[in-house]
Amino acid sequence: MTADSPREEIHKSEGALELAYAVQEQFPGSVVHDSHGQAVVYVDRAVWHDVAQHLRDEQQVTQCLDVTVVDHLVDVSRLVIDGVRPERFEVVANFLSHPRNLRLRVICQVPEDDPKVASIADVFPGVNFGERESFDLFGIVFEGHPDLTRILMPDDWVGHPLRKDDSPGRVPVAFKEDPAPR
Amino acid sequence: MGMESIPYNFLTGRLEDLVKWARRHSVWPATFGLACCALEMMATGAAHYDLARYGMEVFRASPRQADLMIVAGRLSQKMAPVLRQVYDQMVEPKWVISMGVCASTGGMFNNYALVQGVDQIVPVDVYVPGCPPGPETLMHGILTLHDEIRRGEIMKRRGEGRGAGIEIEQLDGTPSHVQPVTLSRSV
Amino acid sequence: MTEHLTAEERVRLEAATDEGAQEMQPRTREVVMTGGLWPEDTDTTIINMGPQHPSTHGVLRIMLELEGETVLRAKPVVGYLHTGMEKTGEELTYVQGSTNVTRMDYASPLTNELVFSMATERLLDVEVPPRATWIRMYLVELGRIASHLLFQATNGMDIGALSMMVYGWREREETLRLLEMITGLRMNHNFIRPGGVAADLPDGWEEETLAVLDKVERGTRDYADLLTENPIWTERLVGVGTIDTEQALALGATGPILRSTGFPWDLRKSQPYLAYDEVDFDVVYTQNGDCYDRYLIRLYEILESVKIVRQCVERMPAGDYRVQDRKVTPPPRARIDESMEALIHHFKLFTEGFKVPPGETYVAAESPRGEIGCYLVSDGTSKPARLHIRGPSFYNLQSMAPMVDGTLVADTVAIVSSIDPIMGEVDR
Repeated sequence: MTADSPREEIHKSEGALELAYAVQEQFPGSVVHDSHGQAVVYVDRAVWHDVAQHLRDEQQVTQCLDVTVVDHLVDVSRLVIDGVRPERFEVVANFLSHPRNLRLRVICQVPEDDPKVASIADVFPGVNFGERESFDLFGIVFEGHPDLTRILMPDDWVGHPLRKDDSPGRVPVAFKEDPAPR
Repeated sequence: MGMESIPYNFLTGRLEDLVKWARRHSVWPATFGLACCALEMMATGAAHYDLARYGMEVFRASPRQADLMIVAGRLSQKMAPVLRQVYDQMVEPKWVISMGVCASTGGMFNNYALVQGVDQIVPVDVYVPGCPPGPETLMHGILTLHDEIRRGEIMKRRGEGRGAGIEIEQLDGTPSHVQPVTLSRSV
Repeated sequence: MTEHLTAEERVRLEAATDEGAQEMQPRTREVVMTGGLWPEDTDTTIINMGPQHPSTHGVLRIMLELEGETVLRAKPVVGYLHTGMEKTGEELTYVQGSTNVTRMDYASPLTNELVFSMATERLLDVEVPPRATWIRMYLVELGRIASHLLFQATNGMDIGALSMMVYGWREREETLRLLEMITGLRMNHNFIRPGGVAADLPDGWEEETLAVLDKVERGTRDYADLLTENPIWTERLVGVGTIDTEQALALGATGPILRSTGFPWDLRKSQPYLAYDEVDFDVVYTQNGDCYDRYLIRLYEILESVKIVRQCVERMPAGDYRVQDRKVTPPPRARIDESMEALIHHFKLFTEGFKVPPGETYVAAESPRGEIGCYLVSDGTSKPARLHIRGPSFYNLQSMAPMVDGTLVADTVAIVSSIDPIMGEVDR
């Protein structure tokens, strides 16, 4: 995909960066970043809900596609963004505006000792399951969520498996009736 | 367990053969399709690789009416108690085929979320390898089970509450347009 | 693990994860008795459908609150197929990543591989050659045909047209045979990898493809004849499970559910990827938002995909089927005997994998169920730091709430079937 092809242009659309700068103007302290042609805004955790409200009400963002979490505990090298203080967890929301045909990603940093962030399920009811999954697998508490229970793990599971210091990604293979462990 | 307690002699021999014939020609599977293997199980039951010719096209929803549980797919920790409950609801004689590598050993997912082999929960009679096993391999597994029922071996191997534990070879995986070529070794 | 929380938060957390917390709780209601007999309408029943159930499309558990035969609310309980694939994705290199991702949406596995490969390529800033792009588009559309045929089969069986199961599989077998000829496997192909595709198309693929497409078209027209005007079919599906555009957008529904409400959003047209802006096809959408519309959309999407595949057969460009950068794609096997460098590259790629510079990206494609996205975060090593797949069925299941409101229990089966969830991508 060269820069001239129409496909790149849609993803690299100026409109998305414009939207990002509009968010930055509305919420000072946010940082706009161009990630391989996609517009990303790093916002403060405190304004997470207000950003979502603003996007839906003022910026014609019709859908929040996905809310997920990234755990940066064991990163060998991490992308450094000027103006953003990196924490262990990042909560990532991907937004789509159908009338303007553009995508925006909003990221906020969540520290390890206070893993809480506001829930945007009242603004975009579609992130209900996504926030439950993030709570289940990472332990981030979404305040204001109507039903914050585990969704993928059994009810009595202890821990948050997708954290880097929780369950191992690979359990040792146990051959039955084999005397030697491997 | 029915016929097995009657001593095999020239009077009861024929009766036992009749019962085994009836049992292996009308094995009704219970629906326990979990993941991708379920699609291949449905393909085996569909018209191209017909299971109806063995009397097996009726997949019973109720475990009480089923003889065979084909565990098709990966068994997660949350689903394990459900599997045991369904297995317990089945009436003797009952058999279990563990279809696919995820059901047999945990497959490529050796992590926190999967039970590493369905035989940790239920006794397995035939392990069918493949990811997913094609319909030919599944049918090979089912016919192996039929064979074992016919020979009566399967009841003998079932002592101590374990399954028969027969492993079969995978028969598919070679694309149909590829012809096997004999290679000659150069010294 | 919970030391950082206050005492009350801990209590609330523990209460939230108690046994049975995920299930539907009965609503408390006050009943004032002033003598006489119990009023008849105080009782609602909560029943449980699944997870082992013939028509729940895999291991989906639905709890329904019923008043007589009418459903008041429905709550899907998922997680019975949770495989920890995102955790496994962090343990496998990018070269191996396709094998893992492909098993998420196992009805159209090539779409998962496509978004994962596109995300990796974006982080690497490599461009795949045109032939690889067209081969990918050709395979993904064949996968879409196979998935929609599966929908016709299972949807028919759930509604009661049991022979649809056999007819749908008849055509799907042809498609799977063609995919086996090209990729080597009927399902979970691991064929679309970062850098291109795993191998070139075999000789004779054009004639095979056209023969299969003819059969698929004939079959699809048979289904249309059998079902579309069928009075039992229309009685069971028209007006059942309606949803409108605002609800669908708010609940994060995409794909045929959104298109059935009159909103013609298809990523292949609106935000084209691969070579979709160079082929000619239409976006199928309807107005009423009920189960019958979703059936029609998926039926006609088969014919649109057939159109696209025919154009791929005519216009497939020549060239490389994968990018020539030796740091990303392995060298041809024959070269390993001749060149030391080729051997080293092969060894490094298959043991350690290629390193991807740190970054993050989100790539979306249109799967038969809706928008599938891959959010990939790399940290400079050869394994992803975070691999997250935005599964369309996971979010589409939320749209069940407005659809079942006020319908009968028997319609719940039709509604779940028309959402077409695949639990592999719901639970991952």
